[in-house]
Amino acid sequence: MLAFTLRRAIQAIGVLLAVGIIAFSMFRFAGDPVNQIVSIDTPAAEREAVRKSLGLDDPVPVQFARYFINAAQFKFGVSYQFRQPVSNLLIERMPATLELATCATILAMVFGILMGVYSALRRDSFLAKVFQAVSLIGISLPTFLIGILLIYLFAVTLGWLPSFGRGEVVRIGWWTTGLLTISGLKALIMPSITLGLFQMTLIMRLVRAEMLEVLRTDYIRFARARGLTTRAIHFGHALKNTLVPVITVAGLQFGSVIAFAIITETVFQWPGMGLMFVQAVQNVDIPIMAAYLLMVSLIFVTINLVVDILYTIVDPRLRSTISRPA
Amino acid sequence: MSDAVVPRQAESAVPRAAPGSGWLRRAIESDLFYSFRRSRLTMVAAAVTILFFLLAIFASVLSVQNPFDPAQLQLMNSRISPLWTADGQSPFLLGTDEQGRDVFSAILYGLRISLVVGVLGVLLAGTLGITFGLIAGYVGGAVDGLIMRIADVQLTFPAILIALLINGVAKSVFGNRLDAMSTLAVLVLAIGLSFWVQYARTVRGSVMVEKSKDYVAAAQLIGLPAPVIMLRHVLPNAMGPILVIATINLALAIITEATLSFLGSGMPDTMPSLGTLIRIGNNYLFAGEWWIVAFPGIALAGLILAINLVGDWLRDALNPKLR
Repeated sequence: MLAFTLRRAIQAIGVLLAVGIIAFSMFRFAGDPVNQIVSIDTPAAEREAVRKSLGLDDPVPVQFARYFINAAQFKFGVSYQFRQPVSNLLIERMPATLELATCATILAMVFGILMGVYSALRRDSFLAKVFQAVSLIGISLPTFLIGILLIYLFAVTLGWLPSFGRGEVVRIGWWTTGLLTISGLKALIMPSITLGLFQMTLIMRLVRAEMLEVLRTDYIRFARARGLTTRAIHFGHALKNTLVPVITVAGLQFGSVIAFAIITETVFQWPGMGLMFVQAVQNVDIPIMAAYLLMVSLIFVTINLVVDILYTIVDPRLRSTISRPA
Repeated sequence: MSDAVVPRQAESAVPRAAPGSGWLRRAIESDLFYSFRRSRLTMVAAAVTILFFLLAIFASVLSVQNPFDPAQLQLMNSRISPLWTADGQSPFLLGTDEQGRDVFSAILYGLRISLVVGVLGVLLAGTLGITFGLIAGYVGGAVDGLIMRIADVQLTFPAILIALLINGVAKSVFGNRLDAMSTLAVLVLAIGLSFWVQYARTVRGSVMVEKSKDYVAAAQLIGLPAPVIMLRHVLPNAMGPILVIATINLALAIITEATLSFLGSGMPDTMPSLGTLIRIGNNYLFAGEWWIVAFPGIALAGLILAINLVGDWLRDALNPKLR
């Protein structure tokens, strides 16, 4: 178990290093950073001084090591467009993204599981067919179209919900939350639905498939033979065994929810990390791009690691195969 | 063995009465075509997909103007609502946008760009994935380990993020002055590099299975070079799953291109794809000019839905477990 955890941790660090190299090499592709700082008529000697003060005359491996050590301390340099440290910008915007992603995930799990269970138990009912159709649409409609559609319906036509921003936020320490004000909650509704819809269809399909599989197993047949109530069989036995893979997938998907938040945040002008990243890509603001990339991969790698380890704890059958990870 | 002999005798006994060449008849008599004819939904979806391709190919014939040519646009004609509404005007079936661009023509040209990027992106991803998959599966060992590790790492990141990143890097290399055609090339590259993993994994899996079979050993014995064995003998046996992935990936590639263009990192306003049209139209939503965004949106959603339906059917039809 320890060896497995260690190997996975080393693999995770390897991934982060690789992403770090990509992030670092973006700086080298992007031309001379000195030009971004000094004006056009700065004399060459002064340019050299700036170059030296930034450490840009050091060998590349030394620069990379410095970049990585700084990144490990959450120092990502100064944004070209905002002239502020990137870490401050990220911290300022992280709560918005995390709140949105969490709400979307909860929404997706609750409705995904409910719809999945229903369409597995009443496979041929009308509502189950409606759910199937909805899930096909959820996969086929690009996220931004869903957002636009919701805005048109609930903001432009009906005027019920705000079409952009977070509403009023309350500051708790460095964290800003929109969950404590009415306008904040109202602003959260449409972005959460937009972001969660794809995950919801995914979870619904998964729950349905798993549930159908579990219902065919011998222990369910045995539970029927014992004369248990249908409810106890369906929810006490079948659903419980369905939930392990579902929670795993939902956990793993949390990373991609954060990545997909880029699109949702752009549609709703939600002041999170994703919107900042899109603007950084458009303005070629490399420090922000690199920092976002590192942050997201850190989140991804951490989630993957935790899920991998939890999985082996939850499911003892996997422990025997640990010696040969796939 | 006898199974294989009987139909051949039967075929030679029956004179070739059916018109058309041999492959056509074989296609019509195949299991795949049978299952296609059984599914009405798939037939509709396939027809819609073909219709979209035809619309894109004949865009210049069907449209009333070339929406990319500023000389043909007249500001007098801006913001006209669709033909069936009270303010509709004659040649503009789906209305016009801010610059007097006919929405219907813009959709046809945008569709063309979306499909070109999607198809080229899928081809690039397929070529990369198949090549790496074949090499990984056939060579094995350290090469296999390296390729599959890279694939694992890439698979943990969503394709849209990778595509955005490649786009951002390209922008930082070439500066912000990329012209429309180079942007198109960058988009194709971004999609190709984001979607190769699935092909590589599938092909590698099939190669591992096929590699130990007798016909491969026979091919090796008669001295065929490895690339020939891989491409002419092993690859055809992995074609089914590749086709399924390619179809579903075409939908994903079109979504990715549309999303990138919507986010402002894709096709420019001067040469808009469907995603760009939606981004432009989105700005006029609050002014009540819904048609500028609605029709490109419907076209995009319809195209993706149709391709997805064909892909779903193909996956089930080629899966022997479900027969």
